[in-house]
Amino acid sequence: MSEDSEAKEAPEPPQGASSYSFAIIFITLVLSLAALGFAVNSYLTYISRNQFYEAVYATVFLIIGFLGLASSTYMLMQTRGRIMRMRIEIPPVMTTITCQKCGFKNVRTFERGDYVFKQAGPCPKCNDKLLVSAIYREVKEKPKKEIF
Amino acid sequence: MEEKSSRFITLYICILKEVKNVTMIPQASQLLGGDPISIAFQIIFTVVFVVFIFYGQRIQMYVMLNEVKNSLIRLKYIRDEGRKTTIETIRELGKPATDPTARVDQFLDYITIPPEGMDPSGIVWKLEHILDVQDTRFKDEVKLMAPQADPTQINNLENSLEVAMSLNLVYKVIRHYYMLGKKTYSLYVIMQVQMALPLIMREAEALSAALKAFTTGQPIGDGAGQLVTAKMIYGHEQRKVEKDYVVSTIQIEGRTVHVLKAEGPGGNVGKPGEAIKRIIEENDGKIASIITIDAAQKLEGESTGEVAEGIGVAIGGPGVDQFKVEEELVKYKIPINAVVIKEDIGDSVSPMRKEVTDAVDVAIENVKRVIKERTKEGDAVIVAGIGNSIGIGQ
Repeated sequence: MSEDSEAKEAPEPPQGASSYSFAIIFITLVLSLAALGFAVNSYLTYISRNQFYEAVYATVFLIIGFLGLASSTYMLMQTRGRIMRMRIEIPPVMTTITCQKCGFKNVRTFERGDYVFKQAGPCPKCNDKLLVSAIYREVKEKPKKEIF
Repeated sequence: MEEKSSRFITLYICILKEVKNVTMIPQASQLLGGDPISIAFQIIFTVVFVVFIFYGQRIQMYVMLNEVKNSLIRLKYIRDEGRKTTIETIRELGKPATDPTARVDQFLDYITIPPEGMDPSGIVWKLEHILDVQDTRFKDEVKLMAPQADPTQINNLENSLEVAMSLNLVYKVIRHYYMLGKKTYSLYVIMQVQMALPLIMREAEALSAALKAFTTGQPIGDGAGQLVTAKMIYGHEQRKVEKDYVVSTIQIEGRTVHVLKAEGPGGNVGKPGEAIKRIIEENDGKIASIITIDAAQKLEGESTGEVAEGIGVAIGGPGVDQFKVEEELVKYKIPINAVVIKEDIGDSVSPMRKEVTDAVDVAIENVKRVIKERTKEGDAVIVAGIGNSIGIGQ
């Protein structure tokens, strides 16, 4: 099987949320809002005419309306999440430059060509040689409540 | 007011009755007559029940397939981004006369066939030969793709291409299982890939971060062992030994310590097995102890940058170098020690974390302590840094 024909069968990464998904979400939202409207209408009829089945209709429409609203909101959140997941997060990498003589220290963003033990020009304080002493990325982890 | 509240109470009694009707198993008399809402609910309930009896597994399969599909979309995105980054870096550093895209695409599908293992005798040397040929071939390909790149950049580009190749392979394997599952509707085919996906995705994300590190020449977590030895030999006289390793002889507590490091700052793992063998032979086997320093995979719950000590040859990879060192150890009865810096599998291929950088000084102190405790004054010791030397000079 050639690469082209395989690519047709394999799922394509979406460039954003598809208009098809948005149409489904929109229709669900409209229908759920309509159900909520029907619920209010049925309830008002029940109040004015005191017919029990209107009360039942009101409850059923209310449930349908809320379920529809909840599912469309969930779908919207999922679509947003998918777009967010499509990004590759690259953490910032820092370069620490130190002076072996006077202890001067400078931390800056990593630049292409940096490596540990690279000479980085003269020290602004004592004019001795500056050295790249460390290259690292800092990961800020949320404190977790660990039992073990 | 009282009338309103009594209406509410009546309404909820009515709802409760309906709910009771709905949740009860429907009877024929109720289905034929009664409230239309109750009948509708009972029909829905019965249909759902029957559908789940006959199609439950299929629905579960669709859910799993959808999960695999979502991950596959992400994998394809990571793979394509990796390919794009690699091509851009080759164009930037190598300044090729022609477009390297076709050559990179061809490279991404390279295969390495391991030696046949039916007769395991001598398999290490066969594997070593295959790996040597692969390394030479990769380097030649990179030189053709990026003619203007210097040796350090060639090493980094070779590593970048290897990562892009891994990402391509991961994507293709998952796509294979996804399509096979879809074609055969076999729950077991889909289930095995769906269950392995969280770990595969973690590795793919880590490889994606590694690609950025390799294209820009940042030190990676795997280079922890190299950073330890680099700090030990910085400022001392160095000489080249076997395959991309340098050695520096220093004095620690009256012992002669031969410190080995893979030549940096290009992405390079060298051949630590050969380098250690050479130093042992140069000293006629009179080595009091060998200490290997490497990054090791931490278990969940352990902290990144934890330093641990032990016994054994701490050399990862395909096993050729570990085998060679073990052969020498047995031949000359040399004690072996290991110092490892623990980190996540993802961190080992991503830019080095601060915790690992900080752990390097602790590891150096551990090495010095092991030398002091396990050897006598006047002894010769080998300390070998293991891992990728990208972004780490000496």
